[in-house]
Amino acid sequence: MKLANGNYIRPPARYSWWMRQGRYWRYMMRELSSLFIGIFCFILVWGLFRLAQGEAAFNHWTNELWYQSAGLCWLIFLFATYHSYTWFMVTPKAMPIKLNGKRVAAYIIIGAHFLLWLFASLVVWYAFIYGGNT
Amino acid sequence: MNSQTSTSSPNIGKVRTLDIEILRYDPDKDQQPYFQTYQVPCQEEWVILDAINYIKDNLDRTLSYRWSCHMAVCGSCGMMVNGEPLLSCHAFVRDMPDKVKIEPLENFPIARDLIVEMDGFMDKLSSVKPYINAAEDRTIEDGTYKQSPEELKDFQQYTQCINCMLCYSACPQVALNESFVGPAALALAHRYNLDNRDIGRSAREDVVASNDGIWECSFVGACSEVCPKHVDPAAAIQQTKIAATTDYFKRFLMPWKSNNKHTKSKDDNSRQSSTKGGNDETGKR
Repeated sequence: MKLANGNYIRPPARYSWWMRQGRYWRYMMRELSSLFIGIFCFILVWGLFRLAQGEAAFNHWTNELWYQSAGLCWLIFLFATYHSYTWFMVTPKAMPIKLNGKRVAAYIIIGAHFLLWLFASLVVWYAFIYGGNT
Repeated sequence: MNSQTSTSSPNIGKVRTLDIEILRYDPDKDQQPYFQTYQVPCQEEWVILDAINYIKDNLDRTLSYRWSCHMAVCGSCGMMVNGEPLLSCHAFVRDMPDKVKIEPLENFPIARDLIVEMDGFMDKLSSVKPYINAAEDRTIEDGTYKQSPEELKDFQQYTQCINCMLCYSACPQVALNESFVGPAALALAHRYNLDNRDIGRSAREDVVASNDGIWECSFVGACSEVCPKHVDPAAAIQQTKIAATTDYFKRFLMPWKSNNKHTKSKDDNSRQSSTKGGNDETGKR
């Protein structure tokens, strides 16, 4: 588009810009992952809703939605892992932590996030496996 | 591969002919830009800027482009090389395929050939007041500003910006919203906000913490990937987001602390320097 002052503007590709380069593609996949995580939250909230309705309703939810969506859940797991990985890798940028006036090394911040993630996963796994028996 | 990059390379002086395709545009003649291809005998140790200089000297004197230092300091020679925003003085011929496509920096109006119009960028840059905003009541008797090496280290990387605008070309948010203040300007704002001599943070906030400021950034991170000086604007913007959010909640939870914007910034600053172990002199500010 030629402007009145002679300058020329090449309009950006409004919808396909992210397919041009690997870094944009990776970014869009990270953004897309939130959609899948949203679906997972919806499934869980639906389960809670059915739980409130009584045992029969909850069992119906387990059979109809939870088991049926196992494939989808694996896909969600992949996206969640990708999201967490890419997010943890950039955390030192967002929070440069200082201890005793010295910057904490990036790998320590990243490592702490992965350890916390592992810990939280173990807690959830433990509660899931043994939670009902106590 | 190793022999190509080592200093005792047998390829030094070796000539390879590249097809260099350049986007041409003359506002007086052309309705739209077009590509023109030049066959350039390039020495392997050249950079793309050398190849363009060769074209200008030997093949086509009408080609227009900006350059100055030829050593990644002045920030003038940024252009799109095979779709990637690069300083052409920093883009080595030995890393290039036989066909190279050169375009002016993306997300800027093209003024002529590889020259872009940078007024918009300059306006954005000046809108964040990228200089030390000193306290008005500071007198000569207060003496010189003092800054410890640790305090310098807090923001030193953000001082490395050479205004080459590669980050604006890489940023998809700049492409989709031309009023986005953009990576380099926001990184410089952060640089002065972190400087213990500066009290301009609240004066910058109207621009920096606006919808067209930090909140337009969605952390693609492309700016930091293309930055030739490792300024890391993406980090600066995320840190500013956190600071602005903390400010918001402070204002919300402790409204008595923020009646006057200017006073607040001073309070903020003296608090900041005292926690950094500032001496009496810095405390005075």
